[in-house]
Amino acid sequence: MLTPTYLAQQLVNALNLGSLYALVAIGLTMVYGILRLINFAHGDMMTLGAYLALGIIALLALPVELALVLPMLLVAGVGLLVERLAYRPLRGAPEVAMLITSLAISSLIQNGATMTLTAQPRPVRLPSQLAQRIAIGELSLAVMDLVIVALALALMVALGVFVKRTTIGIAMRACSENLRAAQLMGVDVNRVIAIAFAISAGLAGVAGVLWSGKFGLVDPFMGFVPGLKAFVAAVIGGIGSIPGAVLGGYLLGFAEVLFVAFAPPGLSGYRDAFVFALLLIVLLVRPAGLLGQREVNRA
Amino acid sequence: MRRWSGWLLALVILALAGALQITLNDYYQRVLAVIAINIILAVSLNLTNGFTGDFSLGHAAFMAIGAYTSAVLTLPVRTKAVVLPELPRWLGQLEVPFVLALAFGALLAALVALLVGTPVLRLRGHYLSVATLGLMVIVQVVALNWQPITRGARGINGLPPFTTLLWAYGLMVLTVAVIWRLVNSPFGRDMIAVREDELAAACRGVRVFRTRLLAFVISAAFASVAGGLWAHLITAITPASFSFLLTFNVVAMVVIGGMGSISGSIAGAVLLSVLPELLRRVETSLALGGQPLYGLSQVVIALLMLAVMIFRPGGLFGRSELPDLLTRLRRPSAAPLANPRTSSSS
Amino acid sequence: MSTVPPSAPLLYVTQLSKAFRGVQALHEYALSLQPYTLLGVIGPNGAGKTTLFNILTGVVTPDRGRIVFDGRDLTGAAPDAICRAGIARTFQNIRLFRRMSVLDNVKVALQARQSSHFFTAVLRPPRFYAQERMLSERAMALLATLGLDAHTNLQADALPYGLQRRLEIAMALATEPKLLLLDEPAAGMNPTEADALMHLIVHLRDALKLTIILIEHNMRVVMGICERVQVLNYGQLIAEGTPEEVQNDLRVLQAYLGANTR
Repeated sequence: MLTPTYLAQQLVNALNLGSLYALVAIGLTMVYGILRLINFAHGDMMTLGAYLALGIIALLALPVELALVLPMLLVAGVGLLVERLAYRPLRGAPEVAMLITSLAISSLIQNGATMTLTAQPRPVRLPSQLAQRIAIGELSLAVMDLVIVALALALMVALGVFVKRTTIGIAMRACSENLRAAQLMGVDVNRVIAIAFAISAGLAGVAGVLWSGKFGLVDPFMGFVPGLKAFVAAVIGGIGSIPGAVLGGYLLGFAEVLFVAFAPPGLSGYRDAFVFALLLIVLLVRPAGLLGQREVNRA
Repeated sequence: MRRWSGWLLALVILALAGALQITLNDYYQRVLAVIAINIILAVSLNLTNGFTGDFSLGHAAFMAIGAYTSAVLTLPVRTKAVVLPELPRWLGQLEVPFVLALAFGALLAALVALLVGTPVLRLRGHYLSVATLGLMVIVQVVALNWQPITRGARGINGLPPFTTLLWAYGLMVLTVAVIWRLVNSPFGRDMIAVREDELAAACRGVRVFRTRLLAFVISAAFASVAGGLWAHLITAITPASFSFLLTFNVVAMVVIGGMGSISGSIAGAVLLSVLPELLRRVETSLALGGQPLYGLSQVVIALLMLAVMIFRPGGLFGRSELPDLLTRLRRPSAAPLANPRTSSSS
Repeated sequence: MSTVPPSAPLLYVTQLSKAFRGVQALHEYALSLQPYTLLGVIGPNGAGKTTLFNILTGVVTPDRGRIVFDGRDLTGAAPDAICRAGIARTFQNIRLFRRMSVLDNVKVALQARQSSHFFTAVLRPPRFYAQERMLSERAMALLATLGLDAHTNLQADALPYGLQRRLEIAMALATEPKLLLLDEPAAGMNPTEADALMHLIVHLRDALKLTIILIEHNMRVVMGICERVQVLNYGQLIAEGTPEEVQNDLRVLQAYLGANTR
């Protein structure tokens, strides 16, 4: 059972899942950091990305590379649009207003997709170059697995550079630190928030494309649970912290794969329950997460 | 006088429910029962989300607990032997009256709420939203996998159709009465104080954590009762019945009606129970490319909610109650009076 | 300050320290406060005065130090427990339950000392109505003392600013404190209003046998009514004594004039 090949295979699975969670968690944590919004519609951006990729390959017969890049850009555009139309009018309203709005948008995407595309899951046929398998010793890897990890890492590095080096990235960190102070310092908060939403949605969009490629199905509700799990990842890492989201994403990926691989046979069906039980434990033991800061309550 | 008006209203509702139970056809009875169940759901969710300011998304989970508990407890022994042969012996031979099953479900849901609320309610309010959605996933997963009790994805069907109009409206009146009285008592004042300013409440001696936990636990118990009623109305339950959609609709009732107003939640529940019934006909008749427009009513509800958040964030009723609005209509005054909701009503 | 204390101190604080991200907000603060004293705490902005109140009321936990109040160690206790132990406060930036009525604001504070039972609230035996009536009466009486009885049904945030400050004091008093902490109660008031408020504070102290710590920028006010004054600067206690002693203290003058001592 516990052959090196089996372990290596599980390692690859964990890296895959972890990369996807990390990509989705980054977006959640960015938006939460600035607006204290738990964006429940975030996972649904994955769904949008996956449907777009499906459409681009099936209907437009465009090359695979475009099936990755175009959904990312389009979903980023959707993120921008949603921010402008639904969230910006609520600036200054209680935090809960935005939370409710995100729930409504989530429902809108899920049911809008059901209405126009039906709830029937659609199979994803990977293009041949991604479906290929490479053999390393006894281990056989799909090219898709490598693409997921490589692309996720590349995007994370790019985001890291953007946040550390560019003016708008630094402004974003300032907003995350203290929105009001950043505004007083002359930061164009609306622009920063809009860009954060765009990046956040774009990353979720790519993650959705990769997710559907990995697991082979697209349906209107596919993004919801992964989106919630990404929030668990963000909490584990310390919500508000981008490195925390990456760390939390990979930790959660590993925890989940380990659970499925080593749990007694009857229990592997409980993997999702395991993830959310993990959330409750983290909230009980270390609510600030691994890399997060405790939120101070000021009198 | 006002102390008796509540009792009178309750009596009228029960008499009406009893009369309609005999005269109305099945379809309308069902719609009316659904309205009552939705009122229970919305009013109980409002206790946490509106009055205490903790945004719970756990109602589907607690409903599921109530539905499955009641199903397993009330199923006739002979049916159980066929439908759920793997049930533990003692459960297999147990057949409990409906009320007791509902009460037991409420107790179980309250216990689960206590378990989830204890770590989560010490933190900032919105962690509760995620934790309760997580709870929904946990409950669904358990219902899917715990074959001997739940029959997994197949669900349990052939439940005895206990839920009559009288049961539905009786329990609805009970729910509204309990929550109305709770809100208009020291507990309710503590809850609203916590919502308005948690820190200031603590500095005035309010036991913040205990207050939030109480609201959450009571809310869960009533959601469970609604779940039990619903199970014995539809007579078939599956894990998929208790999804995000269900929670979302209850949240929409509370938000559209007005968070922090019991009258608002009732209005929201009625509105969002009737709306899908009307739109269902449109969904099937208006076909887009030969496809029925399933999901249309949900899209409409989502859009309605977005519009409310932008144009009328307080919902239909804001934080006012119907009796206050009526008094204000009769005696309009210029000063922004607070809701005169203290003691003595009901 | 050489007189022998007449009784045990009501509040005894030693070595209280707190740093926020490396900035020392309060350092080795000490206080021994006799009952019925009116103590003024002054100091420039950012001197650590509000941090002191936050620590004393459990809003912020200290890095080091001990707080003994009325014979009980309250170090690290939760705000609600400290409130019930008998320390009440007001906030520099008024914190009311904004969308509750003035009356209900006071009731929330009053009921902290009353035991409520779930089944009493739901089943409503006559006892429930009696309790509610008593609560209302006591709240009305308190509001009358603070001159707010004409506004009881108004929503709290509809009160004019000065009355909001008074409402906060009413709420603090409603918790039946032995020690009252007032954080700049006269801020934003004109001299007449401020004078009236100060008279009220002295009156309350005498009538209710309170011990009061008052943070105030208005020097005239502090020197006029306080028996003792402490001066904080950059989190350090730099002077303590009668108003006269403090006024003539070189370090105090330097702190206020911003003169560079070194």
